[in-house]
Amino acid sequence: MEFISLLQYSAPVALAAIGEVLVQKSGVINIGLEGSMLVASFFGMLACYSTHNPWLGLGAAIIAALVMTLIYAFFVLYLAADQVVVGTATNLLALGVTGSLFRSTFGNSSQLLSVPRIPAIHGIDPIMIVMILSVPVVWFALRRTGWGLAVRACGEYPKASDASGFSVNRLRLQSLLLGGLFAGLAGAYLSLVIAGSFAENMTAGRGFMAIAMVTFGRWKPVYVFLAALLIGYAVSLQFKFQTYGWNVPYQLMIALPYIVALLVLVLVGKGASSPGALAQPYRKDK
Amino acid sequence: MKWLRPLLFPVGLFVILVLTLVVFRLPVLDSLKLLVTGAAGDKFGWSRTAVKSTPLLLTGLGMVVAWRGGMYNIGGEGQFIVGGLFGAIVAKFLVFGSLHVPPFITIPLILIACVLGGAAWAWLAGWLYVRRGVEVVISTILLNFIAIQVLGYACSGPLQEMKKQVPLTDLLPDNAMLPKLSRQMDLHLGVVIAWVVAILVFFYLFRTRSGYRLRLVGENSNMARANRIQVDRTRLLAMCLSGSLCGLAGGIEYLGMAGQLGSGFSQQWGFLGIPVALLGGLHPLLCLGSAGIFGALFAGSEDLARFTQAGTTLVYVIQAMAVLGYVGIKAQLDRRPVVEPS
Repeated sequence: MEFISLLQYSAPVALAAIGEVLVQKSGVINIGLEGSMLVASFFGMLACYSTHNPWLGLGAAIIAALVMTLIYAFFVLYLAADQVVVGTATNLLALGVTGSLFRSTFGNSSQLLSVPRIPAIHGIDPIMIVMILSVPVVWFALRRTGWGLAVRACGEYPKASDASGFSVNRLRLQSLLLGGLFAGLAGAYLSLVIAGSFAENMTAGRGFMAIAMVTFGRWKPVYVFLAALLIGYAVSLQFKFQTYGWNVPYQLMIALPYIVALLVLVLVGKGASSPGALAQPYRKDK
Repeated sequence: MKWLRPLLFPVGLFVILVLTLVVFRLPVLDSLKLLVTGAAGDKFGWSRTAVKSTPLLLTGLGMVVAWRGGMYNIGGEGQFIVGGLFGAIVAKFLVFGSLHVPPFITIPLILIACVLGGAAWAWLAGWLYVRRGVEVVISTILLNFIAIQVLGYACSGPLQEMKKQVPLTDLLPDNAMLPKLSRQMDLHLGVVIAWVVAILVFFYLFRTRSGYRLRLVGENSNMARANRIQVDRTRLLAMCLSGSLCGLAGGIEYLGMAGQLGSGFSQQWGFLGIPVALLGGLHPLLCLGSAGIFGALFAGSEDLARFTQAGTTLVYVIQAMAVLGYVGIKAQLDRRPVVEPS
């Protein structure tokens, strides 16, 4: 039971991070991950609120995240724009759109918003199973398929990938969309599984924590998943530290996951294992 | 066609504004009228615009310095908050302590503390990058969230007001705040300080050796290294300067407007400095314009509450679309280099 609740606390970061492994392996950092998760949380909740069906909510969440990812992809792949600039802008867009729609639909009233959640048996819900299965699947896809080899080539040395007849931007788009799918699941998990509700800026930096965990997990799905469990553990302490009798301010416990994410980055430091062409736009020579 | 370029920004922004109003199903003409009267209808509107654009301008300048130096500082929010916190600590001792220090000493000291606080928080991220290779984008964002929690802790713990009833710091007396033009208006000295700082940043970046080195490191760090410029030290300097400006923004918000800190101290000002800097073309003087326009939007959007609860979040949408539009147009222009007739 303890382990299942740990999985639950870890799931949003873990799902987003597993998707981000694919994205970064193809040579793109999805700085807009946070925004994709946020729109997924909101539109998942909104669809669930209006249809009373959490599965339709899940569908809406995934579509919302994919749309957001497509906007990001259009700018960083087709226009070869700077990934940090575009990511910051799409995150702000997500914050503005979800905040505006949330306030204009539900008002500023503090009444508790509650939507039906995705059903779970003994605390195990379908998204959690997808998450656990996705770890070996992503590993297999990256390491044991021709597609995965091509994707990794795009991340290491896009010119070579291009020269062997692969379209760099098409492969990157495919990885980004898969990453967007995972971001959708992660966002839906927040609003439709954990909270059954929505709050402004609900993701609260989890997308960035996921990016940090991809670095910490050395771009290997299994390690990244384990790293996300660490964050989940730090999150779970928020709800347990009082029962342990720790006399610390609760704000410190809320800050703990962010501190952990920062500390592990300090620990791993500069690494040579990152994809060679990470965050570099690719454009065919004329 | 070249003479059309300067018109692109205001026209594009206007189109985005109207589009946003249409998409969110607000009455376009009435909303625009409200926006304009709220931001520039009378002297109160102008003063609101100036006051709202001040933190935007200062954090925007902070982003300009960091990004020009090749450091993607997106932690303006955290630096703004830590700046405010340092200021509140100094205020706790000087203004509320048993020492009776006159305001003309406390105000500069508090502002200096804010600058140092912001610089320290940014230095941390810079140091992590230089020494441990932690990406600035990630570390500054994580530091933002940590700063928000530290602020929450400080306001309900060591810095809480003396009666210990609400999670806020002590409200500064009027004479310890930045002087105001008149009692009815918010317009305060901080607005002028921000303008002066913008000019100073311009001189620093484009008229001094240190500023030149900073820009060179941002443009091409290998070339800078080959010319015996100490790249790591310059990067740290860029971060510290950027943090100082964001901390100063926090200090001016504290001493000019808020007078006390609470969990809602920063309304995303640090984060919103990024669009201001980008749309100002990473140029300090152009940032005066972009900060003014967005400040006006924030000032005007308060009155939109008549039609919608959304208000300020709509401005986020407009800012984000403006940045995306700017990036898109710039990428298209880069793609097809304009051949000037010789």
